[in-house]
Amino acid sequence: MKLYALSLAFLAAAIADPQPLLADSNLPPAYWSNRQLPNPAQEAQAEALMEQLRCLVCQGQSIADSDAELAGDMRDLVRRRIAAGEKPSSIRAWLIQRYGTWISYAPTAEPAAWPLWLAPFALLLVGALLIRRRIRTKEG
Amino acid sequence: MAKGALLMSRALRFAPLGLLLVIIAALVWRLATPADTNVHSTMIGRAVPNFPPVAATMNTMDFGSSDLAKGRPHLVNFFASWCVPCIAEAKVLDVLKSRGVSIYGIAVRDRPGDLAEFLERSGDPYQLITADPQSDVQIAFGSSGVPETFIVDGSGIIRYQHIGPIEPDDVPAILSKFERAR
Repeated sequence: MKLYALSLAFLAAAIADPQPLLADSNLPPAYWSNRQLPNPAQEAQAEALMEQLRCLVCQGQSIADSDAELAGDMRDLVRRRIAAGEKPSSIRAWLIQRYGTWISYAPTAEPAAWPLWLAPFALLLVGALLIRRRIRTKEG
Repeated sequence: MAKGALLMSRALRFAPLGLLLVIIAALVWRLATPADTNVHSTMIGRAVPNFPPVAATMNTMDFGSSDLAKGRPHLVNFFASWCVPCIAEAKVLDVLKSRGVSIYGIAVRDRPGDLAEFLERSGDPYQLITADPQSDVQIAFGSSGVPETFIVDGSGIIRYQHIGPIEPDDVPAILSKFERAR
């Protein structure tokens, strides 16, 4: 009974309190944020790019996956620019100029990413060495 | 073979334990010194991106990017009526205004009526306000939320970014950065 009253009080507080817990604007989503481009080839280009752009709010999600308003506005921006004939690579470069390579999930060739590129070869080499040792000890 | 291999296998037996300790140490270190999750703009040192003046309310004057390169530095504050920390920040911006800092506002995803009400309730430290209904200007600045503040020098070059609300403690630092942009 006590629990019931308590939860009722919480519910009343939640309804009465006009202040949202998570700040969101009162504007509807931008036009192209949740709408596909009429040209399927362009939409495919836009979607491929959106899946490679990191959301600024829900860091770790792509803007294609995120429900954040800023991600919606970025999807709108991507679709608008693709529809205007801009290349995905140039939109990505424009965003990287603003937010750094952080914004893009596609690995770059900058020195910080070298271990990432070299890791497969290093691992293959280690594997080959291990196998060689195995074979040798068996023979021995 | 025998002795060396025995020592090796003994060392290997403890390798997982060592690895575990390394992982625990790394986790403890990350807990003690949390990573900076702020996304810093890489537009510092670059010219303000182009944006047009857009009316924000019936009673405020708007500005475009060209108004930021007229010889005097400005504080460009991204804010919104729906942004809770912006309410507290307005008072600090008032202090900065009284110290001679010229503040231009960019109202992100706002409605004219909501904005007018916010300015009446929380105070209006802004000389000019431009509306940014689709976060276009915000993204062009490399900003990732509200409130966020940029110092733009007299020739329209972005000099500094402050992420989050400007607290009373931040006033001296902001003032000195602003002086340096003169």
